Amino acid sequence: MLNSDIFRVLTLQDYNTRVVLCGTMLFGACGGIVGAFMLLRKKSLVSDVASHAALPGIGLAYLILEALSPGTGKSPVWLLVGAAIGSASGLFCAGLIQRTRLIKEDAALGIVLSVFFGFGIVLLSVVQSLPTGSAAGLSEFIFGKAAALTAADVTTIGVASVIIMLACGLLFKELSLLCFDDAYAAALGWPTWWLDLLLTTLVVAVTVIGMPSVGLLLVVAQLVIPPTAARFWTDRHSVLTIIAGVLGSLSSAVGILVSAVIPRLAAGAVIVLAGTTIFLISMLLGTRRGILWNWLSQRESHRRIGQLDLLRACFEVLEREHSFTSSPESDPATMPLSFEQLQAARSWTASRLRSILSIAVSDGSIRQGADGKYRLTSEGMRLARRATRNHRLWEMYLIHFAQTAPSRVDREADEIEHVLAPELVEQLEELLEQDRVRTRLPPVSPHAQLT
Amino acid sequence: MFTEFFQRLSVWEGIDTWIAVTGALAAMACALPGTWLLLRRQSLLGDALSHAVLPGIVLAYLGVSWMEEIGWLTAPATGSGAARVAEGMSLVARRQLALFAGAALSGVFAAVLSEVIQRWGRVERSAALGVVFTSMFALGLLLIRLFADRAHLDPGCVLYGNLEATAFNRLGDTTIPQAVIVNGGMLLVNALLTLLFFKELRLSTFDPDLAAAQGMRPSLISVALMSVTAATVVAAFESVGAILVIAMLIIPAATARLLSDRLSTILLLGIVVAAVGSVLGHVMAITLPAMICSRLGMPQVEDASTAGMMTVAACSCFLLAVFASPRHGMARAWYERWRLKLRIVREDLLGSLFRREEAASSQPQAANQQATIGDPARLSWFQRLARQSLIRQGLVESGSHGDSLTESGTAAAQDLVRSHRLWESYMARHFALPNARLHDTAEKVEHFLGPELQAELAAELDQPTTDPHGKVIPTPPERL
Repeated sequence: MLNSDIFRVLTLQDYNTRVVLCGTMLFGACGGIVGAFMLLRKKSLVSDVASHAALPGIGLAYLILEALSPGTGKSPVWLLVGAAIGSASGLFCAGLIQRTRLIKEDAALGIVLSVFFGFGIVLLSVVQSLPTGSAAGLSEFIFGKAAALTAADVTTIGVASVIIMLACGLLFKELSLLCFDDAYAAALGWPTWWLDLLLTTLVVAVTVIGMPSVGLLLVVAQLVIPPTAARFWTDRHSVLTIIAGVLGSLSSAVGILVSAVIPRLAAGAVIVLAGTTIFLISMLLGTRRGILWNWLSQRESHRRIGQLDLLRACFEVLEREHSFTSSPESDPATMPLSFEQLQAARSWTASRLRSILSIAVSDGSIRQGADGKYRLTSEGMRLARRATRNHRLWEMYLIHFAQTAPSRVDREADEIEHVLAPELVEQLEELLEQDRVRTRLPPVSPHAQLT
Repeated sequence: MFTEFFQRLSVWEGIDTWIAVTGALAAMACALPGTWLLLRRQSLLGDALSHAVLPGIVLAYLGVSWMEEIGWLTAPATGSGAARVAEGMSLVARRQLALFAGAALSGVFAAVLSEVIQRWGRVERSAALGVVFTSMFALGLLLIRLFADRAHLDPGCVLYGNLEATAFNRLGDTTIPQAVIVNGGMLLVNALLTLLFFKELRLSTFDPDLAAAQGMRPSLISVALMSVTAATVVAAFESVGAILVIAMLIIPAATARLLSDRLSTILLLGIVVAAVGSVLGHVMAITLPAMICSRLGMPQVEDASTAGMMTVAACSCFLLAVFASPRHGMARAWYERWRLKLRIVREDLLGSLFRREEAASSQPQAANQQATIGDPARLSWFQRLARQSLIRQGLVESGSHGDSLTESGTAAAQDLVRSHRLWESYMARHFALPNARLHDTAEKVEHFLGPELQAELAAELDQPTTDPHGKVIPTPPERL
């Protein structure tokens, strides 16, 4: 394709592209918003059932219209009404099947999905053998025909989207509570049954308006992928909903533009794959739960723990070797530490210790002298004293209040000392003071007294 | 109507038999892994897998057509009949192997990917599945469009298969369709695997922790089950398509689950239901749509998609089981409830007659005012039914002054009233309730106290003779 054509498409100079883009983006936004609720309710796949169950509704609507007055079967509005009735009755049946109690939710959804779709296929094959009905108009509902959306279609989609978004906006608080804690909502006296019905209705509505553009097979993707991707960026439900809507319409836009530039690609599938790409990027880079972010923050805390362990080891070696009292006046510069002493203090490998030491040197908490020995700086001494103090405070707490055997407290304190917040340390001090163990407080180690 | 049905059925030919057999074999092969998935509550995994194998299948199709181009997969035109059948068999095997490999690879890829998303991204399970299988399905559809001229795959076929056409795709010179060999082989493999690993599958399904403790590695079993499911889905794929295969995985298993509580019976019944549903489906496909549509003024309709109708037929079996299952069916539940209700109403009638007679013996003038308790005109229809059955069994006889208890009726009523008054005494002693509140609970509990519990209550209360209201606790004659 010529560059100028691509330019035309990308700058939206075609009326057709603008119409299609508008319709699919509106649907994408609705899908993301409603899908966000379904994600929290852990019912993401309900819309899959809703979309597959719509097929017999479409087929029956066509057959009824043809039987009433031949030639009117392909009225899009009535086919959509049929689709909505099909979806709703599918979800209703799934609810009924679950009342047998032996057939669980997953199987009930699978049964409804496949049986309704199978019945739909039967109806489609019947339609196909009618002289008036090439099933072409109907199979568009299965695979979507985003590129051929008309202005009338988009108007329908637009009106429906506005209603859906309004419903979500006005009842945001109610729907959120339903998703987070339906038992609590019921206890507050809210009509949870009706709210659940409303949410299901919204899902059916989104599914139905998505069918003409992405097709009923892939509608579910627009309800599942954008909210799941948005989850990597935020922990707040309101923000999640907005991001999901934005990502939904973004993936629609990308999909439509790509399939407009490369004509052989089916728009529905490209929209889904654009969503998948956005999902993968979010999973990798998302600022809340993204893999990269998690890895970086884990590395950072690993590093911090290594430093604190090192400083505490220095402190304990000094305490042992130089029998110094921890009065703030004692000068750390006069007390050298050798590499071997430090390595013996904990089960560090030489290379690990070397890397921790080099970080400590660059942080300025430790200095390496010309003799190759290490000395704490005064700042390092302050940090080391605090780390040791935290460790021993927690050890004392474990011994006095948690009935832990003294021989085990060291390991357990090791795990928690790094995450003790200053307020917690204060509380610990208070607690231990009340218990009149003030005299045994750090920097004297409880082990030293016990032995 | 029946004549029309059989008239339409009389066009049944050899090919119809093969269509039904192919469908039945595919459904039976699916029923085995489907049962395990159902019991593990992983039915949606079958759904996800059947979507996710699509890109693998498309790529395998492309590979196969490439191999055909370079002459690997073409049958020689000459040779004796037997040799050509053997050659045909090995061709089918090679072609199917390529498809299996493609599908199994993408199935395992999908499973691993959703596991990774679930674990690394901390995404909820069904959402992770949803992301993976829709994406892979979209990828498969895209590949089909891109290579439509090379892979000879029709998107429609991918969804709902073409059972009628696969029956014509024969093996060599024989009339046996290739799909029969493929699905039959898969059924054999699945049956063999189920027999060999029955113990492992059972334990890891119902108690994975215990299975792990016995050194069985449930995660390995789960991966193996998933691979076998993927392979089965692919075998059935050409015949019934990606979505209807879900029906074959779940519905026979769900039907069997409703019919039995024994694992081995469920597995066998699942196979039977699958076979019955498939044959019934083809019969329905060539009869029902035409019969219905000709009445609606659409005589052109001859038949409908067999694969689609097979799911409808299987669903009919399921609905029948939901209604009429001997143990868990709705009919049975209704019947049980009705019987219980009848028993309670009968016992209440006996009790009220007993109390009336008891009152009459102490205060004869009051009895006349109460004579209408047994008056049939003031009973509901259900109470009248209960009264009739009491009269029929000789527990009650109707006289000019209303109904009265016979000897055996008195014994039964005494037993009931004894339960009632023992319970009232028990409640009065152990719960701080006012006497006026005792009656309602006792009225409910009296129907469910057996002789053992009665004896225990009496012993606990030191064989009381009167209840808290001061009434005598009767003792039935046979207990004296």
